[in-house]
Amino acid sequence: MTPYEKLKLTRQNGRPTGVAFINGIIDDRIELHGDRRYAEDAAIISGIGSLDGMPVTYIAIEKGVDLATRMKTNFGCPKPEGYRKALRLMKQAEKFGRPVVCFVDTSGAYPGAEAEERGQGEAIAENIIEMLGLKTPTISVVIGEGGSGGALALCSSDRVYMMENAVYSVISPEGCASILWKDASRAEDAAQCLRITADDMKNFGVAETIIPENYEDFAATCAVIKQNLKDDLNELLKKDTDTLLEERYLRFRKFGIYEENGETHGTVAYAL
Amino acid sequence: MIFDKWIAAFSHEKLTCGACKKEFSVKELRKALYICPECNKYMRIGGRERINQVVDKKSFEEFATGLSSVDFLEFPGYSDKLTKAIDATGEDDAVICGHGTVNGYPCAIFVMDSRFMMASMGSVVGEKITRTFEYATEHHIPVIGFTASGGARMQEGIISLMQMAKCSAAVKKHSTEGNLYITVLTDPTTGGVTASFAMQGDITLAEPNALVGFAGRRVVEQTTKSQLPDNFQSAEFILEHGFADAIVPREELIDTLTTILKLHRKEQAAG
Repeated sequence: MTPYEKLKLTRQNGRPTGVAFINGIIDDRIELHGDRRYAEDAAIISGIGSLDGMPVTYIAIEKGVDLATRMKTNFGCPKPEGYRKALRLMKQAEKFGRPVVCFVDTSGAYPGAEAEERGQGEAIAENIIEMLGLKTPTISVVIGEGGSGGALALCSSDRVYMMENAVYSVISPEGCASILWKDASRAEDAAQCLRITADDMKNFGVAETIIPENYEDFAATCAVIKQNLKDDLNELLKKDTDTLLEERYLRFRKFGIYEENGETHGTVAYAL
Repeated sequence: MIFDKWIAAFSHEKLTCGACKKEFSVKELRKALYICPECNKYMRIGGRERINQVVDKKSFEEFATGLSSVDFLEFPGYSDKLTKAIDATGEDDAVICGHGTVNGYPCAIFVMDSRFMMASMGSVVGEKITRTFEYATEHHIPVIGFTASGGARMQEGIISLMQMAKCSAAVKKHSTEGNLYITVLTDPTTGGVTASFAMQGDITLAEPNALVGFAGRRVVEQTTKSQLPDNFQSAEFILEHGFADAIVPREELIDTLTTILKLHRKEQAAG
């Protein structure tokens, strides 16, 4: 599949959304609502539950599965109150020392007037900086579309997994094509240029793990994610807080490819 | 210094105000802090000029020089855009970083320069801003950041998005150790920069009428399917909605910064 075909696949009807992943992976779920500041945002579903006995906080962006639920969730575009709800639950997870698992699937944060009025940029900025300092392990799974800052707001974690056909990008290929060639229909070319696939993310060090997608058996796919989460969280929970935070710092500190006084820097030996 | 030469080279040039179209000499505009003498429009200013306005004379020491962007994705048009921006501005990339004093108070400073590819943030911008915070953390000094940006630099793909987290991680460390970070939002501060270090200051100042927002106006109009008010995403708009501490006119900026720095100095006993 080309990168653009993968992108289209993530937007296809019938592809499992956030709810399906939560139901398939987390038991004893109690959903928790609202940001305690302004409102509840259905684009983010969050709560507490258990991962084979390990208490966790789960946070998922939900795109909806039919027109009614898609309208309700704004097609998976969270508003500031959604990000603030997620942050509230992350801080709560920190208090109780339980890990946070995020499932990410969004074309981007909601770009409406009211989202701007309520500080969409500030909400994302706050989530990123608070996640980076969160004194409990965090893992994010990009299950479909990882759209720009709206995805990063839930991906500033200790580990990132990519579903085999998921994509992660700084800008939507349509947006990129319309800026670059003033022609949104050239999204396919833009998708190629931007390097958005799971393999690309692994090469760049943006993701650690690629989860194979089993279309015949979604339960089996969930079992693989669950096993990875358990293994990684057990390992992360053993680290003292300073080590956890320092390793998270270095995980993001390494990103950057540039030349300094004639020498190329950057940890990514990326072959085009 | 290169910077004096740069000023000398431009001081005989004329510049036209984008709003009233009147022409002024650079010398005249520098004296007016690049606020149009005719119509009061705040003109966008380059990084060197900003440092010249704010930082005590001869106190500024630039660091992280000699970093340049790499077209590692072989992205259409990126190399040409970089070459043009370097030629037009004489800068390596879209941010200048260093340390100096403001009315005697030491601080680290970064200034983003919208003349360089609309100050989009790629690896170089992210690295330099990160180093600014790391330097300031090490030396226990405040950071003053002048933000301006069209957002993440899409020509560097996902690596540009990661700069938002990289810079934020450095802001967090600086903050955790009790250090002060003042942001000055200048025209235009948008996209990934708004959604990261522009909105992470302890004190958030903005220049009058500066455009500050996350999503682009056209995108918002398409989503909302209605006309937006003229002041939408202006500094005044974000102040009204609670996302800036104060709007500070350019001529009052040094005084405001000085007072804030004074109130955060390490010795706090009353006299």
